[in-house]
This record gives sequence, structure tokens and C-alpha cells, in this order.
Amino acid sequence: MSSPEQWTHPEPDAAPAATAAKPTAEQVIAGLRATDEGGADLVQLLTPEGERVTHPDFDIDISAEELRGLYRDMVLIRRVDREANALQRKGQLGIWVPLLGQEAAQIGAGRAMRPTDMAFPSYREHGIAWTRGVHPTELLGIFRGTDQGTWDPVEKRFHPYTIVIGNQVLNAAGYAMGQKFDGKVGDDDGEATMVFFGDGATSQGDVHEGFVWAAVYDAPLVFFCQNNQWAISEPTERQSRLPLYQRARGYGFPGIRVDGNDVLATLAVTRWALDECRHGNGPILIEAFTYRMDAHTTSDDPTRYRLSDELELWKLKDPIERVKVYLVRQQWADQEFFAGVEAEADELAENLREFCVNMPDPPAERIFSNVYAEGNPNLEAQRDEFLDYVSGFAGGEH
Amino acid sequence: MAAPTMDRSTTAAPATPVQTLTISKALNMGLRASMEANPKVIMMGEDIGKLGGVFRITDGLQKDFGEQRVLDTPLAESGIIGTAVGLAIRGYRPVCEIQFDGFIFPGFDQIVSQVAKLHYRTQGKIKLPIVIRVPFGGGIGAVEHHSESPESYFAHTAGLKVVSCSNPADAYWMIQQAIDCDDPVLFFEPKRRYYEKGEVDTTAQPGPLFQSRVLRTGTDATLVAYGPMVRTALDAATAAAEDGTSLEVIDLRTLSPLDLVPVFESVRRTGRLVVVSEAPSESSIASEIAAKVQQECFYSLQAPVLRVTGFDTPYPPSKLEEEFLPDLDRVLHAVDRSLAW
Repeated sequence: MSSPEQWTHPEPDAAPAATAAKPTAEQVIAGLRATDEGGADLVQLLTPEGERVTHPDFDIDISAEELRGLYRDMVLIRRVDREANALQRKGQLGIWVPLLGQEAAQIGAGRAMRPTDMAFPSYREHGIAWTRGVHPTELLGIFRGTDQGTWDPVEKRFHPYTIVIGNQVLNAAGYAMGQKFDGKVGDDDGEATMVFFGDGATSQGDVHEGFVWAAVYDAPLVFFCQNNQWAISEPTERQSRLPLYQRARGYGFPGIRVDGNDVLATLAVTRWALDECRHGNGPILIEAFTYRMDAHTTSDDPTRYRLSDELELWKLKDPIERVKVYLVRQQWADQEFFAGVEAEADELAENLREFCVNMPDPPAERIFSNVYAEGNPNLEAQRDEFLDYVSGFAGGEH
Repeated sequence: MAAPTMDRSTTAAPATPVQTLTISKALNMGLRASMEANPKVIMMGEDIGKLGGVFRITDGLQKDFGEQRVLDTPLAESGIIGTAVGLAIRGYRPVCEIQFDGFIFPGFDQIVSQVAKLHYRTQGKIKLPIVIRVPFGGGIGAVEHHSESPESYFAHTAGLKVVSCSNPADAYWMIQQAIDCDDPVLFFEPKRRYYEKGEVDTTAQPGPLFQSRVLRTGTDATLVAYGPMVRTALDAATAAAEDGTSLEVIDLRTLSPLDLVPVFESVRRTGRLVVVSEAPSESSIASEIAAKVQQECFYSLQAPVLRVTGFDTPYPPSKLEEEFLPDLDRVLHAVDRSLAW
């Protein structure tokens, strides 16, 4: 009835499938290389060379001050990321999950949100956390092993990091349904929810169920998929035959592929998507086409599964450099500004380091605290027995 | 509860507070009472709207409370539980219906990874007052996956509370108490007893939810059961009495946290304990009770704790379920073995 080729071109007039770019299919399938070409549908407003370009559907009117702010965000969060990575290497963190290369995707998406919107992150969303007012020091405990995230998710409207792949997509769909049930959707003051996940998560049942739920309940939910090309060692082609943004069509809502290394395009597309949702036209899928420039985590070794020249290609698409070039070309920023941001980054890193090495270990009671909202007498007895046992050592100290 | 009561003339209090109800009707009335008391209480599940659920437990609720409070959901259990988490964070109190026991497993990940742990992960900043209703157990001649007893998985998981009702009065009150609880509660309903009747006083003050209860006092041995096996245990006690054996029967009611204080007290008097459950015995609630009782009542025991349970097999084809499920004879056989020790 229909060939697989037709399925990859669901719209007769659409451009060729995006993944039919540079690498041969054999290379991709062998897992040797991910594509670095976003294809004809990629929304881009600032090229890797720092040229402002136009797009027929999306544009953004950005002031010098706003763009300097986005640049600062990206530089600071990259410095946080590099510092945390170094802290892991020094043994101060058990593990770190680098965001290197995904700064524009996260700052662009995060800065598109309003304080009244709600965000559900995966575990690499340090840039989103930054935009929600969660200080980087509040992320460290998760990776040092002292806590599981200390920020107030209700106050910050930033859910705890979710580590089980895809779980948070359903949680976000439910939250967005609640926004709708509460009558908070339908006009300029409406609320919306955004959920963050990666290319690997798109294979999870929970993500598909999240697509279905959000669609049939018209939930104000933006699905923000950061396609960083690699799910640990597996290229995106191991997750999908179809470019990920095209999946949305099958669920009955729009899917947009944006250059995730272009902070302007990401901001413009995400702002549009959130506005659609707050007006009751959700859900929407955004695929931010980006690249994980570092390892999956500090425990990973990407040299075992990908070619280093691929990284070199993506370095030319660096999300921060292109903004710097544009700021200079527009004469929107001078050397004093750049030096100031660097100094601020140095100070932030210093504070992070200082905070990290001084984090106390939690007390033994913490094992037992807040398992239940209304308590459990059996657990309390177990706790008391253990604490009594512990207090028997070293003159009652532990 | 501080929430306003909705004025619904169609759901006015019955003329007499004491009614004879089936478990299914009592659950239905309990759910209705919770929905009336608190507009944040919502129902979620497959076929629970117009159809009223395959067992009709939610019968009439969508008609009276609307599609936004009684949600016919897409057919995906992880979706039901996962979206309930988000709704609970948003301030709702979702009551999820899992159509049959054996269909809870697609939702297992969300239950264990998110429902059970978010309060702990956030150290109390997120509360999840979610009730997950599960018609459970066998004896209805059903095909595979419709007769299982998965409660031990959930009792084993920290962060969840697990209860099971055995009679209409408990059904009416326990479901309301579970909905009021700020912890997630797995609510196991004895599906083969849905149509058994009993008196329900809708004005009586119920006892605490997480407490077991002595249903029949006795002196020779103690029987502990929950859910559908409570009826079996009571019948066994009646039969034993005819032979001059006095059995004490305790309805566990709460499976997590276990409330074994009445069991310890009973065993210290009788010296003998038989635990009855449909679930396979390996690493089960019955096993946990045996372990705790030997620890607390070591010097009182006149015989080892015995377990009468389903076998350590998958649930068999239904023509074999009479053999698989504990019945009056198997319970009495265990009592005899205990007494003869």
C-alpha cells in the first residue's frame, strides 16, 4: 500500500527527510556517526557564523540587552557545568551529567517560560534550572549523594530531576491537565507546562502515553525534546526511523524542529509554543536539534562509540560563539562586557567549588525521614532501633 | 475537610443511616461521599464514566459530577498513574481505578519510581494523595490476568500504604479514609465478594484506617486474613465451633503499615497462628506476618506459624482455581495441624 519512504515524507510537498543528510545510512546504523544536519525544516534565526537569518514562520524582535542576557546565561551555565565536571574528577561529586553543547537549547527554552508556567526536567537540565531560579549549588547534592534535590518544586515551578527515562512526561501531562481543569488556559494570562526529555526517551512508553494523554485532553503542554544525537552510546537512528519532530503529526499536534544551538530560534519557537498552549491550542512538540559535546556522564567513554571528527563538526556550531560574534558585529557588546561576564563566571565557579567541598554529610536519621506524609509506626520503630544501635558506638557519637 | 460541600439534591442523605448494602454499592457511596465533600477529588480509569466501570463501582458518578471529575482515560495504566501524579502535584486528589489486578503492571514503574518516592525525594515538599483502587483476587472463573493478588509487591515498597476491605461497612469508610490520606494508598477490593451484603451505618464514626480488627474472639488458635479470605476465615471459625474448636479471627485491613498488635496479643493467648491469603506464599505478606509473630511471640507459640495461601505458581486456568485458592477445608486442615503439633 505504501512504502517506508512515503512514511518518512508524510506531507507530499515537504522537503526530503532531515536525516538523509551527510552520513551514509550504513554509518549511522553502525552507530559510528550521528547526523549534524538538521535538514530543510530546521528553524534557525542565527547561523553558526553569527549571521541573522529570517524564517517564514518564526521571528524574534530582540534587544541588545536581552541578547546580552542570554549570552551571560549561557556562559555562566557552561562554567557551572565545567566546574561541576571538574569537581567530579577531584572526587567531590560521585558523578556529573554534563550539558556542554546544549546551553542554547536550555537557555532559549527556559527563558521563554513565565514564572507561572511549570517545568518538568530530566536530569541534564542545569540550564533550565538556572532559568527557574534554582541556584547551581542546589543541584550538587544530587550528584554528591547528600540529597535528592533540595529546591522547592512548587515555589520554583521546577519539578525534581527525574532519572527514570520518560517518567516525567506523564507527570507533566497530568499537571497540564490540572492547569486546564483549573480554568487557567484560554487567554494571554494562561498557564502552560513544559517537559524536557532526550532523543532516547522518545522510545519510552511513558513518552508515547504522554503524547496521547496531552492530545486527547488538549493539555497546555510543550514537549521539549533535546535531540543531542546520542542516548549514551546509541544514535538517534536507533530510536526512530522518522525525524523525531514528525512523530507529533501522528498524535495530532504540531511538531517543530529548531536549531537547538541557536538560542534566538529556540527562544522564538518555544515562546510561540507556550503561547499556543496558554491559549488552549496545545500540546506541541519541539525537537531541539543539538549535540552532546561531552560524555553522557562522567562515567561514560564516548570514544568507544563515536568518531571524534563528529565532535569537531559540532564545535563549529557552538551555541555561545555565534552569539558572541553577533553581539560584536552589531556592536551590542564590547570587551568590557565580555570580560565582566567572564569574571562573573569565575566567581560563580569559585562559589560552587567552595560550597561543594563544604557540604556536610546528612545525619543517619535522614534515611528514615519523610518516607510518608502521615508516618508509619513500624518504620519509626525500625529507625529508633537503628539509632539506638548507632548511638552505642564511640561514646554515643556517630 | 475544609472544602465546601456541593448541594446536590439527587444525592441527599438516605432516610435511615443504617442500610444493607453490597460491597460494590458501599464503595460507590463512599466514592460519592468523598466527591461531594471535596471538589478536588477526581476519578480516573478505563470505562469508569458512562459504563460505571466493569464492576459498576463508579456507577452514576460521571453523570452527576461531570467528565472533568470522572475521567474515562485512554487505555494505558502507566498513563493513568503518571498523570495522576501531575494532577496530585497540581492539588487534586486522584482516585485511579485499575480495571483488574493483573493490569496494574504497566503502571508499576510510575507507582514504584514516582508515586512511592516523590515525598521522600523532596523531603515532604510534594505530597501525593493518590488512591489506586485494585479489584483483586480470584474465584470468578476469569481468564488469565483477572484473578491475581499482587499486594505484596506494593507492601514491599516504601512510601506506599496498602489496605484491603472485606465487608460493606469497611468498604464505605475505608475508601473515604484512603482518599483523605496524604500518602498514596493502594486500595485492594475483594472482587469476588463485591456482591456480598452487610449493614452499613453511614453516620457511625469509623475507626482508624491503618488498624487491624478482631472480628471474632476465640481461645484455641488465631486466624489472620484480609480481603476476600476474611469470609473464608469466618466460615472456618463457624465450622470449627461446631466441632468444639474456638478460633479467633482477625481482619488485617491494613497491609502496609502492618498493624500486628492485635495479632501478637491474640497469639500470646492462643499460642497458635494460621495466616490465610490468596497470594503465593513465597516472600509474601503472610511470610512477613510469620516472621514478625515468631519474633514477638516466640515464647507463647505452641506450634509454628502456618500459612494457607495460593501456590507458588502463576494463577492457574480457572477450572483449577477451586484447588488453588485457600478454602474452608484447607484452613481447617491447617488448624488441625497446628492443634496437633
